[in-house]
Amino acid sequence: MSYLKSSFRHPESPKNDLGYTEAVYEGALSTLCAGCGHDSVSASIINACFELSLEPHRIAKMSGIGCSSKTPAYFLKGSHGFNTVHGRMPSVTTGANLANRDLTYIAVSGDGDTASIGMGQFMHLVRRNLNMVYICMNNGVYGLTKGQDSATADIGSASKKGLPNMYKPMDLCELSISLGSGYVARSFSGDKDQLVPLIKGAIKHNGFAFIDVVSPCVTFNNTSASTKGYEWVRDHKEATGTVDLVPKEQEIIVREPNQILETIELHDGSVLHLRRQPNSLDIQSRESVLKSLEDAKQKEQVLTGLLYLNTKQKNTHEIINTSDKPLNSMTKDDLCPGSEILEAINESLR
Amino acid sequence: MKPTNIKDPEFFHKVVDCQYACPAHTPVPEYIRLIAAGRYDDAYMVNWESNVFPGILGRVCDRPCEPACRRGRVEEEPVAICRLKRVAADNKSDITDRLPKIMAKNGKKVAMIGAGPASLTVARGLAPLGYEIDLFDEQEVGGGFMRSQIPSFRLPESVLSEEVNYVLDMGITTHFKHYVESLKALLEKDYDAIFVGSGAPNGRDLKLPGRDEGVEDIHIGINWLESVAFDHTESIGKNVIVLGGGNTAMDCCRTSRRLGGVNVKVVVRSPKADMKASPWEIDDAVGEDIPIYENHTPLEFVIENGKLKGMKFDKVRAEYDENGKRSLISTGEEPVFMEADQVLIAIGQDNAYPWIERDIGIDFGKWDMPVVDESTFQSTNEKVFFGGDAAFGPSNIITAVAHGHKAAVSIHKFCIGEDITERPAPGVTLLSQKMGFHEWTYDNHIDHELRNIVPHVDKETALKNLKLEVEKGFDQEIGYEEAMRCLNCDVQTVFSDDLCIECDACIDVCPTKCINFIDNGEEDELRTRLMLPANNKEQDLYVSGDLPTTRVMVKDENVCLHCGLCAERCPTAAWDMQKFSYSTTKAG
Repeated sequence: MSYLKSSFRHPESPKNDLGYTEAVYEGALSTLCAGCGHDSVSASIINACFELSLEPHRIAKMSGIGCSSKTPAYFLKGSHGFNTVHGRMPSVTTGANLANRDLTYIAVSGDGDTASIGMGQFMHLVRRNLNMVYICMNNGVYGLTKGQDSATADIGSASKKGLPNMYKPMDLCELSISLGSGYVARSFSGDKDQLVPLIKGAIKHNGFAFIDVVSPCVTFNNTSASTKGYEWVRDHKEATGTVDLVPKEQEIIVREPNQILETIELHDGSVLHLRRQPNSLDIQSRESVLKSLEDAKQKEQVLTGLLYLNTKQKNTHEIINTSDKPLNSMTKDDLCPGSEILEAINESLR
Repeated sequence: MKPTNIKDPEFFHKVVDCQYACPAHTPVPEYIRLIAAGRYDDAYMVNWESNVFPGILGRVCDRPCEPACRRGRVEEEPVAICRLKRVAADNKSDITDRLPKIMAKNGKKVAMIGAGPASLTVARGLAPLGYEIDLFDEQEVGGGFMRSQIPSFRLPESVLSEEVNYVLDMGITTHFKHYVESLKALLEKDYDAIFVGSGAPNGRDLKLPGRDEGVEDIHIGINWLESVAFDHTESIGKNVIVLGGGNTAMDCCRTSRRLGGVNVKVVVRSPKADMKASPWEIDDAVGEDIPIYENHTPLEFVIENGKLKGMKFDKVRAEYDENGKRSLISTGEEPVFMEADQVLIAIGQDNAYPWIERDIGIDFGKWDMPVVDESTFQSTNEKVFFGGDAAFGPSNIITAVAHGHKAAVSIHKFCIGEDITERPAPGVTLLSQKMGFHEWTYDNHIDHELRNIVPHVDKETALKNLKLEVEKGFDQEIGYEEAMRCLNCDVQTVFSDDLCIECDACIDVCPTKCINFIDNGEEDELRTRLMLPANNKEQDLYVSGDLPTTRVMVKDENVCLHCGLCAERCPTAAWDMQKFSYSTTKAG
């Protein structure tokens, strides 16, 4: 088995605005099972960061425990990273973000790490609207412990073990919308054309951005009776519309005349283009989204694409009114102004 | 596009760039792996089967394989294929017991004219089948131009003789110092077929003012090299001008340096970039203090008191029209005089057939060349076959070998009464290299080392000895290192669309992003839609049949590293690494 990937690349590999090729954003060779959907999610993260010309050293990769949480080894080798205790990635990320608000936080987690052991942490993270990207690689099983059904497995769906799941599934997108996330999307590891723009939008979104990516487990849950296998998802996938992230100055071209084009400006001036059919879901309305999700479930469809967007919410820093500067850029005197100032504060509270 | 037909041997053959570019289709990656494994005898025999002269070609081949090598497209330089061939030859043990066994005489008799690589290859094909062979050559030993034109500091006599003798020892009846003056006379004898491998023996002359008066000191390059090779010429003056920019010119100037030439210069009409000589031969000449003057067109030989004093040249500049056609325009400056005791003219060579009568059924066409079929090598006289430089004009050794193999097949089919236009198919196998879970029979790890440099004898020593080989060749250790640079392009990525679940794992892992799953289209348009556009149109696209999503797999073969990661990351073994062997069918 190969543990190394050749450093030779295509001689005509394009470069981004920083002069980097995509190779700069890669990581080590994956040791996940061959065919794991997670590798495609890693590739999509690499591609999104490359296309956005992010500086690798200005990104922090956060993860918990599980197959999904191994993946930061396989992308962004030049970035910061923290592989936390199981389900505790939200609190570690919160700490990191409070200390340094200038980094881009890209977190990956799985359905076990998010919907089971980490659920308590996850919900509070969403409530606080921490400025980060949270990607859940959702395969419906606990892969690292040999394929038990997870909390996102659909009723009746059967993994390799063959027993249909008996419990109701948790819909992480519905939950995120209910808890007030301003950017909620669902995608499929096998559809990079959709996933990459969604990740780019999530990175640019100010506040908590959640993407639930159905990412099949080839080893334990890619059976014909599973609703999280490649075949089932391809057959039942229904897109809300297509999303494109474009710089502000770029001209808008509508390719299909019967489509509606919505443009939504993000806080840094870049623009999200959403192309969709008339009478389809209105992604700026929670009611519309929750209804569409429910309708899709009735029809046994997996509704994918950008599901909900609200750009007007404050992120954690803005809510609690912290300093604009990251802590590491402050001097000792800024951080510890002395007993006189403390006295003055105490005095003001008497 | 239609799904690629991988049952057509030519598709995967083309992926093995080196083998495809080699006129004799030597299975290069196969013998390089054997060298890496230290199996020099096996590596030598793989070569010998294909090209008959591994030791010779490992030194002086024109190496069409190297510019073709895929490695040159992913890093700076190709694998030193030619020099690896020499490693096999230098390190082999006695291989005579592996040479073909000679069958009982079959009663057929073939005459061969010229004892160069083309004839020897035909003989190597026919002798084992029991043919009685008469080989004629005007020189005193075999080897043809390999002996007379290539100086021994590039090709030692012992190496040459060893490989020539492997063939001659197959019971060939040699008639050396025998110039065939009449093909008609030969045809009247009881030969079942005649092969003409007499090369292109006439060096071009330069009829300029002073040529006749200076005849003593003005020589045709190939004739002069021949007289040096056979020890008829042992010295030259201090000032030498060599005219011409091909490999013969490089051999002339370097030989001159060894025979007493101090101020030896090469003068070419064209810009240096247009010189026909192999780049490495130009480098070697320059390395022996031989300056190359470009854009100088010869005007006259300057004679004083009946003795050559030098040459006058017109300075020119090259202009190219929109079709790339070059014209040399005089700059109008004063002619340039260069001093010379001797001038060697190496401006090309031509075929000459004064010994072939024009009433014996052999048609002659353009440039007074015989009409020869390009696939059978038969002339319009069904008994007479041509090959090597004699067939289509001057080329190189490996081309002559390729001709020889094909001509031998033709002659054999002709002699046993078969239709010679029906060519035998190549021998092809495609075999999975899977040994176990993510384990392959070949070393799929990609080595990132740069090309190794061949050590040379130091210049002082080299210039003192005409027969001392300048290049020392790779030792076993460097040979191993260089062998590891080979990408194993013959281990093919074979795709089975019925097994693919479209998980994208292969796309994600491929270092050079050659794999795509996209909607089908016409080739030109499809090439633009790949993740990285397939701009190298000489390299094919590998297209699968329709997949369940109605997309197709499209792989650009251009810069595939054959690292096998697609197959390792494939959960269903839709990708497999399979060794493709392709062997042109030989006569014996």
